[in-house]
Amino acid sequence: MAIEVRIPTILRNLTDDAKVVEGSGATIGELFTDLDGRYPGIGERLVDGGKLRRFINVYLNDEDVRFVGGLEAELSDGDSVTVLPAVAGGSR
Amino acid sequence: MLRIDRSIYDKIVAHARRDHPDEACGVVAGPEKSDLPERFIEMANAERSPTFYRFDSLEQLKVWREMDDRDEEPVVIYHSHTATEAYPSRTDISYASEPGAHYVLVSTREPDAVEFRSYRIVDGQVTEEPVEVVGAGADQ
Repeated sequence: MAIEVRIPTILRNLTDDAKVVEGSGATIGELFTDLDGRYPGIGERLVDGGKLRRFINVYLNDEDVRFVGGLEAELSDGDSVTVLPAVAGGSR
Repeated sequence: MLRIDRSIYDKIVAHARRDHPDEACGVVAGPEKSDLPERFIEMANAERSPTFYRFDSLEQLKVWREMDDRDEEPVVIYHSHTATEAYPSRTDISYASEPGAHYVLVSTREPDAVEFRSYRIVDGQVTEEPVEVVGAGADQ
């Protein structure tokens, strides 16, 4: 099963500068584990304590995975996953 | 250094004033590797807060995809501070995730004056840079 994963600029140092990589997994969580196997270190940038990191947005096709099961969101062959660090900040 | 057109500068300041006392935020896109902030994109602050901002996640996806389709990148990422100075806070620094962008901070704490400053934020390091506003202005 081939899932296209789009990598944000700030994580490309972990993927040999690749903007798009391929992975596999039945769920987002499995996909990230698969990616971490091939690109060591990427897993912990995405997942913390078994949960998606709060300020990383992960999209499954056109949806924010937070609304469709988070790490448990199920994947189908041909799906596209996009990772974008949240743009956020504040006065403190 | 940040070189920015007067018209874009004015739009950023107007947006910050309009959303005061909530923090305003947005992006100015430009051609990849050009360092030219050309296309002003106001973003909604999903937090709608006077002390925090966050791009709505689906709006961010739409804008980032659009930039990708147009071979653009985020040249400026701006937001406002409504009661504090126009300097990156600890949260601003920890969430800065576009190492190539100029981080513009506008402060609307004074009703009659605006502070507009620009920074590079890379690997947790903040470096202020001069801002050059180009193009027609009131006193030119």
